[in-house]
Amino acid sequence: MNTAIENEVDPGLPNENQLRSQGIREQRMLLSLATPAFLMIVAIILIPVGWLFYLSFIGGDGQFSLEHYRKMIEYKSYARVFVTTFQVSILTTLLCILIGYPLAYFLAMLPQRLAGFFMLAVLLPFWTSLLVRTYAWLVLLQKNGILNDFAISAGLWETPIKLVHNMTGTLIGMAHIMLPFLVLPLYGSMRKIERDMMHAAANLGASPIQSFWKIYFPLSLSGMVAGSLIVFVLCLGFYVTPAVLGGGRVVMVATQITAILENQFNWGAASALGVVLLVATIVILYLAGRFLKLDAALFGKH
Amino acid sequence: MASHPDDQSSTKASALPIHIQGLTKKYGRMYALNNVDLEVRSGEFLTLLGPSGSGKTTLLMAIAGFNRPDAGSIRFADTEMILTPPHRRNVGMVFQSYALFPHMTVAENIAFPLKLRGTGAEETAQRVADALATVQLSDLGERGIDQLSGGQRQRVALARAFVFRPRILLMDEPLSALDKKLREQMQIELKHLHEQLGVTTVYVTHDQREALTMSDRIAVINDGKLAQVDTPHAIYNRPVNRFVADFIGESSMLPLTRDDTGKLYFEDHLIATDYQTETGKDYALLVRPERLFMIGDETVDADKTITFSGKVREFVFQGETAFALTSISDTHDLSFRFGTDSSSSQDSMRPGDPVSLGLNRQDVIVIPQTSDQ
Amino acid sequence: MRWWQKPASDTQITHGNRLWLYVLAAIIMLLLVIPTFIVIPMSFSDSQYLEFPPSHWSDRWYIVYLESPKWMRATVTSLQVGVLTMLVATPVGTMAAYALFVSGHRAARAIFVFLITPMIVPVILIAIGTFYAYGRVGLNNTITGLVMAHTVLAAPLVMIVITSALRSYDLDQERVARSLGATRVRAFFAITLPQIKFSIVTAALLSFLTSFDEVIIAIFVSGGSNATLTKHMFAALRDFIDPTIAAISTIMILVSTTLLLATQFIGSRQK
Repeated sequence: MNTAIENEVDPGLPNENQLRSQGIREQRMLLSLATPAFLMIVAIILIPVGWLFYLSFIGGDGQFSLEHYRKMIEYKSYARVFVTTFQVSILTTLLCILIGYPLAYFLAMLPQRLAGFFMLAVLLPFWTSLLVRTYAWLVLLQKNGILNDFAISAGLWETPIKLVHNMTGTLIGMAHIMLPFLVLPLYGSMRKIERDMMHAAANLGASPIQSFWKIYFPLSLSGMVAGSLIVFVLCLGFYVTPAVLGGGRVVMVATQITAILENQFNWGAASALGVVLLVATIVILYLAGRFLKLDAALFGKH
Repeated sequence: MASHPDDQSSTKASALPIHIQGLTKKYGRMYALNNVDLEVRSGEFLTLLGPSGSGKTTLLMAIAGFNRPDAGSIRFADTEMILTPPHRRNVGMVFQSYALFPHMTVAENIAFPLKLRGTGAEETAQRVADALATVQLSDLGERGIDQLSGGQRQRVALARAFVFRPRILLMDEPLSALDKKLREQMQIELKHLHEQLGVTTVYVTHDQREALTMSDRIAVINDGKLAQVDTPHAIYNRPVNRFVADFIGESSMLPLTRDDTGKLYFEDHLIATDYQTETGKDYALLVRPERLFMIGDETVDADKTITFSGKVREFVFQGETAFALTSISDTHDLSFRFGTDSSSSQDSMRPGDPVSLGLNRQDVIVIPQTSDQ
Repeated sequence: MRWWQKPASDTQITHGNRLWLYVLAAIIMLLLVIPTFIVIPMSFSDSQYLEFPPSHWSDRWYIVYLESPKWMRATVTSLQVGVLTMLVATPVGTMAAYALFVSGHRAARAIFVFLITPMIVPVILIAIGTFYAYGRVGLNNTITGLVMAHTVLAAPLVMIVITSALRSYDLDQERVARSLGATRVRAFFAITLPQIKFSIVTAALLSFLTSFDEVIIAIFVSGGSNATLTKHMFAALRDFIDPTIAAISTIMILVSTTLLLATQFIGSRQK
């Protein structure tokens, strides 16, 4: 290390070397506690994903090749998958904001105890298996399902509408599953807004509506952006819900990856898609992190 | 160095001196401690006083073993301790947050260090009871920590720190969480406790009044260096530099000029004749506001008293004392503080009133102008 | 003054003014909760088709589930994998979180970020990656392989829960214990551990649930006699709507709700 020379203390001070090696020993001992976690991630994430990365550059003839990536640009079917993925992710995120903001606001306005109780409405679905919730939506939305029955008996529409195995069903299911990921950080950031801030705004002459839009909303943005980002990134790689509620009509990247593996057993092509998905996720998080101090919003401030 | 120094049967443990040499700690390029040498005498109450970020807590934590310096030596009597882990240093410690264990009762907290030392049940009970009596909490042994007031917690933390008869006691701003009245009461109590235990005590505070009240000696620390180590009286009356003078007590500073014979002048007032000065350095006169006195019509002996004439710029009545900011020239002011009596009123002085202030030559303090050593 | 005339906030908005918000929030909360629980009554229907409300009540789908060797085998596997994941991920994650929190080393933050990457990497990628890698070392369709993969998903959650617990804990307590004569290890077990134990239990429950509910990795790397409940359910969902799934879903809801309420209860005890 270069800095070692600059940082060196004046020569002739006692115990310098012993202290340094004792410090290093202690750090090593502490960090060794993190070794099991570290090794597991190397074994389960780094090596397998690195392997896929390698496979994505191997062509049908076993040589280095960019064919899998070239196909992604050339084939229309791939373009459709990417468009669908972004479409579903963006629409789901917007839907979550639209539904999640009023809910988070409602919870943030309540006294702490009541908010804790109503928060169960967010936490119960959050803790319930997403497979179970997807199944529930499948049941609710099917042609002779509850929602159609209810709407017809209420006279909203006359013949059953196709609500599932298409984009509509996918979006409904995804929004339901993603909503807690938006509401929790958003609620957190709203709780941090000091009451005095609103008092000050009112005292300075702002109407309730003005103080909401000029003070409260901008202050809650950090939580909203963090939540939206989590939702968006999770949507990009989502598999179960679009596979079940999309009924094969909503093909997202993850669905396409499994389809390639199941039908063609083409590891190179599947890996290449996976790599694109990972890179897109990392780039989005990196950019967001640069501009938004994301880790503070995600993991709480120090 | 595995064994703890032997427990003594007398209440008064024998104290240990601390010798600190060349203690250095860097954070990046910043020196938290810069080659600090400090001798803490056996049994004394020494306070580390300095502004936040001065290095005083770093120094205390280094003595306790929670902060590993980059270099230096810390000896307790003749034993080098700098590489010894904290649990073998046998040093009692009181943290700013008290750090009481909330999952234990008061008595369990105090018994904790005894349990670690394998003290028998009977003796443990006796010593816990003694410690509780010493801090006047005899009835509260079975209480939970959350049932205690701030002052009571402070006492429990203290009892826990001395119950195992350490020969050194360290305290990191232990009174800062208490309100003013309780704090002042605890200062006196801590001082008595120190006399009773006779243990070498190093105390950290940023409160100069607390330091002046409690200490045998004060070590003023700034930017990782010791600025001055001396008795409270000497620190107040003979500060060695501008930082110490500014940090402790109120003061006014007047720039001095030096003639060829070495005499020091403020404007045309002769301030000092026999002060040891070096050419090329600037000096200032330090005036403590309460050392000034008002001169009426009486004549003064110019050999004994320096007289400053000026005008009152601002006057504030503050209860037991009153304070007047007096301009004695176009560019220089003196702060003047005097005791009040029942005839004093808000209007004893008005801005613009002429006033003559006297300063006895024995109260003259000359310090180098530059704030570093 | 009626309640709707009372001020709802410090800036003099009454509950009446806020009514729209309450109604809207109520609708949203119902939309969140109903689809989660609707399968419970439906699972007790006698019909071959899912009805709501059921015209005839029956426990026949529970009988089908309980008497099916396939479902029973899968349930045992899921529980097994969940418990093992919990037993591995909790200590592994706690150790890492503690070490990184206490060390103050320059690299600690970077290591922390590295250790929570499983939250960022799309699970589908982990699934096909481990499927491929396990294929080379013979870990596919084994409990070990599945537990390892699930542990990697659960450990970051454990780390986040424990780190936030340590953040609200006063580390001076550990220091003071050491100054009183306790070794580092003893100070951790005697002082720190008792005070973060509820967070550790929460983290453990979370790890169990993460594994128990996990679908995608299970689809790829579990199979044969070691296929999980979620893998069979997913397969069943794609083919036809089998009311047995409603019965199984009800049981899974019961498990997760119990665990959630347990953590909430623990959380309130902790205060």
